[in-house]
Amino acid sequence: MAKADKKNIIEGEIQVVAFKLRKEEYGFNILNVQEIKGLTDITRVPFASDFIKGVINLRGSVLPVIDLKKRLGLQETEYTENTRIVIVKVDEVSVGMIVDAVTEVITLDGAHVDTTKAVDNESSRFITGIGKLNDRLIIMLDLGAIVGLQDDAK
Amino acid sequence: MDTNQYMEMFLEESREHLQSLNDGLLGLESNPEDLSILNEIFRNAHTIKGMSATMGYTKIAELTHDMENVLDLLRKEQLKVTEDIVDVLFKCVDSLEQMIESVGGGGAEDIVDVSEFAAKLNTIANGGTLTAAASPTPAAAAEPAAPVSKAMALTDTDRNVIQEAKNSGLRVYHITVTLTDTCLLKSARSYMVMNALDELGDVIKSVPPAEDLEQEKFDHSFELIIVTDAEGKALEDAVLSISEIANVTVVNIDDEKAAAAPAVSAAKAAAPVSTAAAPAPAAKAAVVAASKKTLVGSADKKLKSGQSVRVDIEKLDSLLNLVGELVINKVRLEQIGITHRLTELTETLEQMDRVTTDLQSVVMKVRMVPVGQVFNRFPRMVRDLAKELNKEINLTIEGEETELDRTVIDEIGDPLMHLLRNSLDHGVEHPDDREAKGKPRTGEVGLIARHEGNNVVIMVTDDGKGIDADVIRKKAVEKAIITQEEADNLDDAEAVRLVFLPGFSTAEVITDVSGRGVGMDVVRSKIEALGGHVDVETKIDEGSIFKIKLPLTLAIIQALLVKVQEEMYAIPLGSIDSTINITPDNIKTVQNKEVIVLRGQIIPIIRLGRLLNVPQSDDKKNEDIFVVVVHLGDRKAGIVVDNLIGQQEIVIKTLGKLLAGLKVISGATVLGDGRVALILDVSALM
Repeated sequence: MAKADKKNIIEGEIQVVAFKLRKEEYGFNILNVQEIKGLTDITRVPFASDFIKGVINLRGSVLPVIDLKKRLGLQETEYTENTRIVIVKVDEVSVGMIVDAVTEVITLDGAHVDTTKAVDNESSRFITGIGKLNDRLIIMLDLGAIVGLQDDAK
Repeated sequence: MDTNQYMEMFLEESREHLQSLNDGLLGLESNPEDLSILNEIFRNAHTIKGMSATMGYTKIAELTHDMENVLDLLRKEQLKVTEDIVDVLFKCVDSLEQMIESVGGGGAEDIVDVSEFAAKLNTIANGGTLTAAASPTPAAAAEPAAPVSKAMALTDTDRNVIQEAKNSGLRVYHITVTLTDTCLLKSARSYMVMNALDELGDVIKSVPPAEDLEQEKFDHSFELIIVTDAEGKALEDAVLSISEIANVTVVNIDDEKAAAAPAVSAAKAAAPVSTAAAPAPAAKAAVVAASKKTLVGSADKKLKSGQSVRVDIEKLDSLLNLVGELVINKVRLEQIGITHRLTELTETLEQMDRVTTDLQSVVMKVRMVPVGQVFNRFPRMVRDLAKELNKEINLTIEGEETELDRTVIDEIGDPLMHLLRNSLDHGVEHPDDREAKGKPRTGEVGLIARHEGNNVVIMVTDDGKGIDADVIRKKAVEKAIITQEEADNLDDAEAVRLVFLPGFSTAEVITDVSGRGVGMDVVRSKIEALGGHVDVETKIDEGSIFKIKLPLTLAIIQALLVKVQEEMYAIPLGSIDSTINITPDNIKTVQNKEVIVLRGQIIPIIRLGRLLNVPQSDDKKNEDIFVVVVHLGDRKAGIVVDNLIGQQEIVIKTLGKLLAGLKVISGATVLGDGRVALILDVSALM
């Protein structure tokens, strides 16, 4: 077990954009994050997967927006003034992610990221690991799985 | 010599020449006697040889050289065009294509073994030369020791001009100029040679012709006939004063000896000189007139080909994007002008509108390419396939000048190839079967492109056995694509459309040609990804028509904006017939479907709100109902919306990979106020 754990440890430091979904704190690798913007008009797209909230206009290009809570199977809440859209780029596709609030950019020591799957449930396939910073726990998300291009690949 | 920088040019030009080689060979196959085709083919092979030799690809050069030998015999009519020869030549072209593509990809040129073809070509060439005197190709003239080529065949007119010139005391020289192997600006050098000689006399003939010289369609040497009163030595000196000239031979043409190959003098060797008499002005004028005529002729042709610039498609894409942004901003300004009633602004914007519209159409036109670019590879494919399948096929291509957006052109090739293969393999019957049915042995396959409104329609037609709806139903049920009950409920046209579903292949025998179960559904998804639509019409024993409808442009269209509750949608104007205003009691039901009667025609209606599951905020009843009547081919439908906003030009944006393949929605656009509106796919609604 101990040996297997070592393999899963991330080398060096990683920078993480931390944000909140309900009470929990989550993070994206900063390398995937393009920008963070406030909530704008979202156009609903009929027949799209239910977790896709719709599309937005980002300086002339049309981007799909994912409601992250819905995608992770969390209960939806009303949008507030703290609600943000985090624009991420994964596999050459830009997507917006709706989060409750963006907290900060933090640096995690790779050794403090536990990549063993602590929880095993439906949403665990979206999680790459859990980072520890002092007494905070930051759930690291697998953007590829969330965007889900692989699953739907024809 | 560093030839890397010429690689791109070499590839582009080689591809062009290979394409015309293919076309030429096809033409030759049907018109074996046509010398002009042979000459064209010869020129193409010769150019490829020259280019590849310059680039240092000896294998390619050798193969083309062998081809050239055979072609030369053919065009001198020392050898008859036979099917075998054409077949070998076709195979050589294929090998050349592979070699050139391999070289282009950074690979080695000898990826194909050409020794077999080379041997065959040599046998053919030698067989031919047994009866005829060995005649060197013009390429052979590139070697300094070669005799003056017979390729410099003089026509009667030439002889007359020469005779006349001689009568008036002028001298006629045959000049062979060889450029150095390292010469890269061959056209420029040849031009300088021509210029230098023009000062001394009149060049009455050149091999290859002047326009080919300008376009570097020659190897390293070319031949000229000049009428002059200067001495041979003067001519030679004039030519040698130009750099990068390896060798010059100047030979006085004696009319008796004109047909015979004169002795060659090495470079700088004194050319035969004849005594000169005073030139007769009248005769000289005639010669000048004659040579001027040829010059004018070549100038005309040059104008026709026009000047062009090769541009990276990415640059065009970004240009188009920028124009799109401009249009969005213009619309936004228009709205500001209207809201604040700023007449001055609106007037200025009207001017700007004209400019942006022009700009748009220019940008769109720049991206348009004739569909012939895709079509031209099919005759060859059809020929090979017909042979392989032992069928007799006549392919008719129409409307290859129809233009389509470049991105569409790039993508449309594979689906079309698949449809054609399908028609050949499953559609057209074997000649014997056709005869038994009382049809001509040769099957007719058509590839037709034409404009239809804001769309381009491409049709693949055949006069084969057609598609049997019952067979399709049976297969679909067998493969569990639909249930028996569903199958029974489909009418014939709908049943035939099942071929476009994934996992469908009706071929009894799976062949190499088509039908591995991944056929038509791929065609359909590809075409739909391009914003197009594919349909099929068929009649048993009469044939099938596969009809692909593609949008003319992918970028900016006129659309009608409509509102359903709070949501805004755009309907492309190209598919709108009319908009009408009705009351709820105009809507009747027929077989549980809502319809309206418009000018005596029964039109099914679609309630957009219900179809798209638009969240209902308030229920307005018994009011006026707006119906947008749309059409797809002959079919019509009425789309019920809550409000009509107006006509606007919109910039089509894709929804991206994540939302690809959505039903009913074909794309999105950004409105003047920055919000996103979705574009309805009318074909999916019907």
